[in-house]
Amino acid sequence: MKTLAELMAIKEATMQKMTVREDTGDDAIRIVVGMATCGIAAGARPVLNAFVDEVAKRNLKGVTVSQTGCIGMCQFEPIVEVIQPGKEKVTYVKMTADKVAKVVNDHIVNGSPVAEYTVK
Amino acid sequence: MYRSHVLVCGGTGCTSSNSAAIIEALETQIAEKGLSEEIKVIRTGCFGLCALGPIMIVYPEGSFYSQVKVEDIPEIVEEHLLKGRIVTRLLYDETVTADEIKSLNDTKFYAKQERVALRNCGVIDPENIDEYIAYDGYQALAKCLTEYTPEQVIQVLKDSGLRGRGGGGFPTGLKWSFTAANQADQKYVVCNADEGDPGAFMDRSVLEGDPHCIIEAMAICGYATGATEGYVYVRAEYPIAVNRLQIAIDQAKEYGLLGKNIFDSGFDFDPHIRLGAGAFVCGEETALMTSIEGNRGEPRPRPPYPAVKGLFGKPTTENNVETFANVPQIILKGAEWFASMGTEKSKGTKVFALGGKINNTGLVEVPMGTTLREVIDEIGGGIPNGKKFKAAQTGGPSGGCIPASLMDTPIDYDNLTAIGCMMGSGGLIVMDEDNCMVDIAKFFLDFTVDESCGKCTPCRIGTKRLREMLEKITDGKATLEDLDELEELCYYIKENSLCGLGQTAPNPVLATLKFFRDEYVAHVVDKTCPAGVCKKLVKYEIVADACKGCTLCARKCPVGAISGTVKNPHTIDTNKCIKCGVCIDSCKFGAIIKK
Repeated sequence: MKTLAELMAIKEATMQKMTVREDTGDDAIRIVVGMATCGIAAGARPVLNAFVDEVAKRNLKGVTVSQTGCIGMCQFEPIVEVIQPGKEKVTYVKMTADKVAKVVNDHIVNGSPVAEYTVK
Repeated sequence: MYRSHVLVCGGTGCTSSNSAAIIEALETQIAEKGLSEEIKVIRTGCFGLCALGPIMIVYPEGSFYSQVKVEDIPEIVEEHLLKGRIVTRLLYDETVTADEIKSLNDTKFYAKQERVALRNCGVIDPENIDEYIAYDGYQALAKCLTEYTPEQVIQVLKDSGLRGRGGGGFPTGLKWSFTAANQADQKYVVCNADEGDPGAFMDRSVLEGDPHCIIEAMAICGYATGATEGYVYVRAEYPIAVNRLQIAIDQAKEYGLLGKNIFDSGFDFDPHIRLGAGAFVCGEETALMTSIEGNRGEPRPRPPYPAVKGLFGKPTTENNVETFANVPQIILKGAEWFASMGTEKSKGTKVFALGGKINNTGLVEVPMGTTLREVIDEIGGGIPNGKKFKAAQTGGPSGGCIPASLMDTPIDYDNLTAIGCMMGSGGLIVMDEDNCMVDIAKFFLDFTVDESCGKCTPCRIGTKRLREMLEKITDGKATLEDLDELEELCYYIKENSLCGLGQTAPNPVLATLKFFRDEYVAHVVDKTCPAGVCKKLVKYEIVADACKGCTLCARKCPVGAISGTVKNPHTIDTNKCIKCGVCIDSCKFGAIIKK
């Protein structure tokens, strides 16, 4: 390594892997995936991982992906809730890994929830 | 991409309470559940709250688990990592309130702390250079090499007001400028990591938790003073620190951040590790250098100072670990930022190792000028078992003590010197009403008698005589004249010893004499030990009214000194009694007292 630019490149790349450890504060957007037995059985794990990857790929700041227990509507699992301070909670149901990119793009980045994936 | 990071403390404190087995169990269980691709386990440095170890923190939730046992791991993996349900019963109870889980930084232990030297400890993986770089690592070195002249670097240090954290408090920038001013074909940078004070573990924790930051600072010092080689002199008793330091040096060399022509600036720097064999005197700078040279660790007279004639006879800059730990931050954030913390003449923060009679044993970093009361009552969580605070011992065997009456003194170099104490390297041992101050002084003298290198007479023989006089006092054989002689000998040793070890060895005696003379007088005149510690002066007695005659103490007494019949008050034969205290511990009625 001979330049500051090389150092900064390592910094950026590593920081992206470490965002999970950041204190995002109270105004962060939280993506919560139901990971109780019902959720896992319905395939919540690939959904959770898809969210983690998508958020990382887009290098989004102030967004955390975490898990929660059973929300109570087991027939609609995998369920994902997007919680944003000052806005009403949005609940996505019967999620799959394929639907994740659209949710991140439309809802998280552009602020318009994907109505077709929410509970009817 | 990992969705969750599990940080487990791998410092010496938590390692000794089995964190290595916890990490192993975590990794096995995570693999069993097929989560290895999703969850990363990281072994970090010290979090500071050693009393609650082993410590573990799970992100992104930031859940802080304390006193985790290997048996708890299946539950944490199954509930938290797999299903996302935080295991509340294992959380640090300060973070749990009735309706929410608080952030760690809001707990009493962390709220008043300001972490500069410890900023990466417990935050990054010390064995991964990328994580250090992610937290601004090696940027300060790059800035120095590409933007600053060596003179400018020294000026920043001078402006920051940083003073030596090893205990001396000498201005760091000034020290560097002395070495820089001397011309020589070879100069050296030495990092003093020979942390010898009993109860002190600040330097160890920095080396274990953030080794790269020391190496970076040494390279900066090398650039500023014109040195191309460095030595870290670290105790062999710190195997984890030595190991991580070596890993850090190897990684930095691989990245080209050490070695030849760093950042294409033409500057070369090559650090080495030297292990100390544990002699206390090798923490003294000239003895340390003699030891690195391969000779017996004995001090040499100053002047010439190391800046003129140091390691291998060449100009050398020597700084303590904690001093170096501040340097990269000062370069990056500026002298003004650093100088904004602390008091008029003591800038920045200070790390203290809290030990003794205190609830939160561990490592804390507070701005200079914080009072002892804040450190002990708020951050330290007070004294266990509702006992009363008596004094805090600072600076180990070279230091003094701060009595309860001076608890509100803002802690900085000058205030502590003014009250006849010293900052020392940062060991802070808390004593309560059950500690005898004469006994404490004797404890430290035991240490200095053992550790005196023997080169000069005042220290070799003087400390031995001092130790004997203290023994005479605790045996109840001393007179008031002995107290005066004791004081006189203290000053003699201070004035005539060759190095810092001897010059400061009488400090524990002088400080306790100054603040607790009444305790000395009680030993000498009344032949009693007020705290009930000095065995020769203590008498055990059974209070007849309180004794139920259960016979338990008589059965437990190892020398058969207690006699009596069932259901009648017992008595202790003081001639037979060896004052072991077993009877007090066994009595269920509190009928046995020490006098």
